[in-house]
Amino acid sequence: MSAVLQTRGLCKRFGALTVADNIDFTLEAGARHALIGPNGAGKTTFVNLLTGRLAPSSGSVVLGGEDVTRLSQQDRIRRGLGRTFQINSLFRGLSVVDNVSLAVAERRGVSGRLFRPASQLSEVRDEAMELLRSLGMADDAQVIIANLAYGKQRLVEIAITLAMKPRVLLLDEPAAGVPSIETHRILDVLDSLPVQIGILIIEHDMDLVFRFAKRITILVNGATLLEGTPEEIAADPRVREVYLGERHE
Amino acid sequence: MRHNGSYSASPRIGLLEWTPWIIGIAAFFLLPEYLSLGARILIFILYALSLDLVVGYAGIVTLGHSAFFGLGAYAAGILSARFGVADPALQLLAAMAACALMGLATGAVILRTRGLTLLMLTLAIASILLEVANKATSVTGGADGLSGIVVAPILGLFRFDLFGKTAYWLCLAVLFVGWWITRRLIYSPFGASLVGIRENHVRMVAIGSPVSRRLLTAYTMSAVLAGVAGALLTQTNQFVGLNVLSFESSGELLVMLILGGVGRIYGAFVGPVVYMIAQDMLAKQFPEYWSLGIGLLLVIIVLFARDGILGIIDRLVALVRKEAR
Amino acid sequence: MQEFLASLVSVAFHGVAYGMILYVISVGLSVTMGLMGFANLAHGVFAMAGGYILTTSLDQWGLPFPLALAVAFVLVAAGSVVLERLLYARLYAAGELAQVLFTIGLIFMATAIARLIYGTLQQPVHLPEGMKGQFDLLGRDFPAYRVFIILFGASLVAGLWFGVERTRFGAMVRAAVDNRAMAQSVGIDTQKLFMATFALGSGLAGLGGALGAEIIAIQPSYPFEHLVYFLIVVAVGGLGTLRGPFVAALVIGIADTACKYWVPQFGAFLIYVATILLLLWRPAGLFGRAA
Repeated sequence: MSAVLQTRGLCKRFGALTVADNIDFTLEAGARHALIGPNGAGKTTFVNLLTGRLAPSSGSVVLGGEDVTRLSQQDRIRRGLGRTFQINSLFRGLSVVDNVSLAVAERRGVSGRLFRPASQLSEVRDEAMELLRSLGMADDAQVIIANLAYGKQRLVEIAITLAMKPRVLLLDEPAAGVPSIETHRILDVLDSLPVQIGILIIEHDMDLVFRFAKRITILVNGATLLEGTPEEIAADPRVREVYLGERHE
Repeated sequence: MRHNGSYSASPRIGLLEWTPWIIGIAAFFLLPEYLSLGARILIFILYALSLDLVVGYAGIVTLGHSAFFGLGAYAAGILSARFGVADPALQLLAAMAACALMGLATGAVILRTRGLTLLMLTLAIASILLEVANKATSVTGGADGLSGIVVAPILGLFRFDLFGKTAYWLCLAVLFVGWWITRRLIYSPFGASLVGIRENHVRMVAIGSPVSRRLLTAYTMSAVLAGVAGALLTQTNQFVGLNVLSFESSGELLVMLILGGVGRIYGAFVGPVVYMIAQDMLAKQFPEYWSLGIGLLLVIIVLFARDGILGIIDRLVALVRKEAR
Repeated sequence: MQEFLASLVSVAFHGVAYGMILYVISVGLSVTMGLMGFANLAHGVFAMAGGYILTTSLDQWGLPFPLALAVAFVLVAAGSVVLERLLYARLYAAGELAQVLFTIGLIFMATAIARLIYGTLQQPVHLPEGMKGQFDLLGRDFPAYRVFIILFGASLVAGLWFGVERTRFGAMVRAAVDNRAMAQSVGIDTQKLFMATFALGSGLAGLGGALGAEIIAIQPSYPFEHLVYFLIVVAVGGLGTLRGPFVAALVIGIADTACKYWVPQFGAFLIYVATILLLLWRPAGLFGRAA
């Protein structure tokens, strides 16, 4: 196994406040890795440092063997770093298939064409439909996002990111706001994702985390407390103290 | 009817979409005494269409679109009045070139900002041009306006006549070309990505779209279209007044566009027709009540019918269809 | 040299007076924009209304000057609350385009109404006797009314800042500007807060318009004509701050006066160019937080 995404000594400070404290993190190719931690542990900051939305105070981010610390969000996306948003960030006035098509066209580099009608780029549309079919969403392809159930919107969120064919996928709370009876659908989709993609999931739903992840990292106060298999994590007394205990009271 | 730059919409020109051209041609024969008003309406349709591209599709709210309309008008006028170039095609080209440069230069600066700052900058740029046109009297004629503009026969064949027949045909032909190009743009992947930016700027960045470049391209193209409209106004009137650059001009244009419907191409057709015909009938008799009425109309549209006349028609059609079922 | 120095002092003096007026008018716009994210282009309408109320109170109702100023503030604030409740409040969640068009509509209406009532000519301001003359300071004469504007403006600014820093109302406003959802969750009634802030901001604009009626002439084209300046003050100063627009207003007041004095042929050209360059350097304004 090789590392597809790595951070070395990653730090972020806002004035006197340290929100990322010397984080060394490795995501293997094809990993199913979860990042958990109590509220305010710095999970979102960490994701933003990975995607380049925030610049670190020190340390580095390495993507597929290349140091991307100084690269923009766009450049990292082009190198295969995909992310979904914690709060749906979709094109609300457009249909599901158009949402996905925009991303497909962007990845294929045809989105800047000025005169050829978009609908004649059948390869874009076919790929978008194929992707939706694989997520079990083909029936909703023509529905406008604003009219779509929230749980399905979360799936579109994932579909758009998948359309960019990422090597690394950061899922920021994919089940946030989804009723618990529907989270199994999200999990089904996550389980069906291509095995070669390295996935890092940030999630509060412990059931989902323990069913999906093969490895778990716990972040507390901006620093890694522990990393291990789900069994190791569940067995560790420190984890109960800072996290599980707090939630299962 | 609202088109969202989609990957699923058929690009074929529908039957309904030919109506404006049929009306345009019919009006020439049926209403010969209104040709000069007709030409002005055609010019403002082109101008509104250019605004729709930035406001309705790219989602950039601008208060300074008159900068490009005015620049185009002055570029064509100055070329003729000061440099003696009477060829109409050259005048149009000069307007396009000037507006392309200005659109690129100002767009590169102002599109980095958003919200109130962007609004202010669009307004400031139009104000700068107005200031320049006002002070540089030796070139622009200042507050007296620019006169002495000569427009040679088109292709050496069609002279600009007193009744405005040639001007009308010219405006109709240029509008047709402008419409065709705009339509192609909007149905293209580029147009789809503009709509994407309008719908969700952040997400477009996140899927790796070069958002700034797209916006700059759209802004510049819109500038060129507005410039062409301005140049046509110069050729039709053979005069340029300072008011082409004023804030009121940008404001009125926004009114026309929202009246017709934003982001649906044909709103830019319906709005100017309704507005300018009403203006022609009412504004001279009741100048005070006219702007009061326009203000009131704007407020009402924003509160109750944000998608304009075409939006209302859409809703009515949907209602009738539902009844019929 | 002596002469240059004299004109320098004079430009600075008139510039500060103008800047004060700009600040009193624009500060409300900055706060409402920062608080509610509402692009209220019709803010100048409130200033114009204040000006008309002042001249009417003085000439037709025979009110004394200080009372006329107070009436301008109160009436404009009251009127703005009506508008806020009836109209503005419906558009808080609407997009920028809707807000822009709506407020342009208000400008059109206000302009037309002003013209119907007062005609197109600018309104003369009849200052009280005590403020008409010159004021002697360090052997130099200064127009007494401008001295009054500067002093009055300065104390107003001091009071405003003190109020926002020290009172409960001010603390709520600051909290809501920082994070509206958070403010709501700790029990601040943001709807009432918006209304009160809007009224205060509009009232100040009315007061500024009245106070500055002698500097910025009251006429129907007022809201269109000076809109750019109000927006510049807010954009350059930075949204949602009190200090930013103050510095911006003074700088613009002085710069504009200087330009009109020394290089009148350029008009406002230099101000616009300087503004664009400044925003190129700091897109969020001088004191604004980066987006």
